[in-house]
Amino acid sequence: MSNPGNSTGTKSDLSWQEYIITRAIRAAGYSAVVFVALIFYFLLREGLPTLGEVSFSDLFALRWYPIENYFGILPLISGTVIVTLGAALIAVPFGIGTAIFISEIAPRWAREILKPLVELLGGLPSVVLGFLGILVLAPNLRILLNLPTGLTALAGSILLGAIALPTVVSVAEDALDTVPRSYREGAWALGATRWQTIWRVTLPAARSGVLTAVMLGIGRAIGETMTVMMVTGNAPVLAVTPGALFSPVRTMTATIAAEMGEVANGSVHYHTLFFIGMLLFIFSLVINVTASAVVFRSKKRAEKVLS
Amino acid sequence: METNLNDKIVIENFSLQYVDGTESLRNINLRIPRNAITVIFGPAGGGKSTLLRCLNRLNDPADVKTMNGRILIENENILDPKTDIIRLRRKVGMVFARPVVLPMSIRSNITYGLEVMGEKRRSKLNEAVERSLKQAALWEEVRARLDEPGVALSGGQQQRLCLARSLALEPEIILLDEPTSGLDPISTGKVEASLQELKKTYTIILVPHSVQQAARTADFAAFFLQGELVEFSEGKTLFTAPSDKRTEDYVTGRFG
Repeated sequence: MSNPGNSTGTKSDLSWQEYIITRAIRAAGYSAVVFVALIFYFLLREGLPTLGEVSFSDLFALRWYPIENYFGILPLISGTVIVTLGAALIAVPFGIGTAIFISEIAPRWAREILKPLVELLGGLPSVVLGFLGILVLAPNLRILLNLPTGLTALAGSILLGAIALPTVVSVAEDALDTVPRSYREGAWALGATRWQTIWRVTLPAARSGVLTAVMLGIGRAIGETMTVMMVTGNAPVLAVTPGALFSPVRTMTATIAAEMGEVANGSVHYHTLFFIGMLLFIFSLVINVTASAVVFRSKKRAEKVLS
Repeated sequence: METNLNDKIVIENFSLQYVDGTESLRNINLRIPRNAITVIFGPAGGGKSTLLRCLNRLNDPADVKTMNGRILIENENILDPKTDIIRLRRKVGMVFARPVVLPMSIRSNITYGLEVMGEKRRSKLNEAVERSLKQAALWEEVRARLDEPGVALSGGQQQRLCLARSLALEPEIILLDEPTSGLDPISTGKVEASLQELKKTYTIILVPHSVQQAARTADFAAFFLQGELVEFSEGKTLFTAPSDKRTEDYVTGRFG
């Protein structure tokens, strides 16, 4: 490695530098693991006491009213689920559609405008979207659907959909982009139309990447806080019917964000909020593990194809 | 130009330029006879693949800057904007240098082209699978595992699967772009043998991956150099007594 002609330091000097750099990189790598472990430990330490303080049946009950010691978290879970599902229903078809358009159909100039634009949308602070939601989306929804208030699960779903959309588009587009051009040409040469090629060849070939895109999009939506807190109305009511989409709900994230600031440190309420955080952590862990399991499986398949 | 019933494809004053300035074709005049193997060969960048891709209009319109002249298949100018490209591609099959096995089973790889044409009858599809696999000399090797994924086959088998896939559509013309470049000699021999059989029914245009293969397989041969057609004649003549100095140099291995 060292060239005596133009190296400035001596050999031992270099190996010393090497030692420091290796150590620093290793420390940086391990620190990520340590941080995640610490976060998890902290969540468990603050959240698990809930199970001793609130009985199981009280915890999974229908009423969330902490001031009077009602700690039923089912309404919050249902709120998160319904808003996230709504967001997924919006973001997935639109996202995959947009990805297909960008990668397969759009002319080059449109692609070069659309791709950065979508990424820009992804960088939009969620509080700005929430602001637009309160001022523009919610009033219009109220008038359009003739609702008592526009601050509903639907408004949250639409905005979360918009937040998840760039993730879905970006990842799905990358996946479609890695499908070799030869696959498409192979299908075209057989007389398949562009749409037949996309539907039967390109999309199946990019299946795992598209699935990852969906998972990451949902993960993005589930953890989003600011926007949902601003537009869903924050009523902790059990939401299980499709009709609940048109009434106010409260998500898990919004509950933590809204109440954590005022809670007494170490109280039952405090522990319960951490317990909710723990559940959220587990939700997104499951989603991410599923996503990477899907990717891992398809990677093995891809290696088989390439070998 | 006098017409000759024996010509399947007539290329007249055909020129093409790409947007990025690479590999263009200049004023090509070529008549490709039916029921024979016509070999298009020459050094890389000579425009061989470009010409093949024009014959089934697989060139991306976005990459092409200008395209002039005529390409007649059975007296129909396929460069005409009114041409039904999907129909054309069913008539002109293509096999690529690297086998492009679609991400589905062996059977579906073959029936895919027919299915997108709207063929649904199981009996017809099964018949096509067996017929085309036999024509491509692959039937005996895969008959027991038609529902396995196509990518599980070896490289040589994959390439013959691609050939079978084009044959299933019963095209009139088959374009082969260095179909054996990634194959071992035994698989290459099998592909070449099936081509000799197939030329009785089809018009075959082959871009070979070596001069030796060109000499082995050519009924007719066209030598392309830097976007120009240098020489075209019967294979025997071109490889034994070329009339152009450049052809002779290339064929005898002095360059290329």
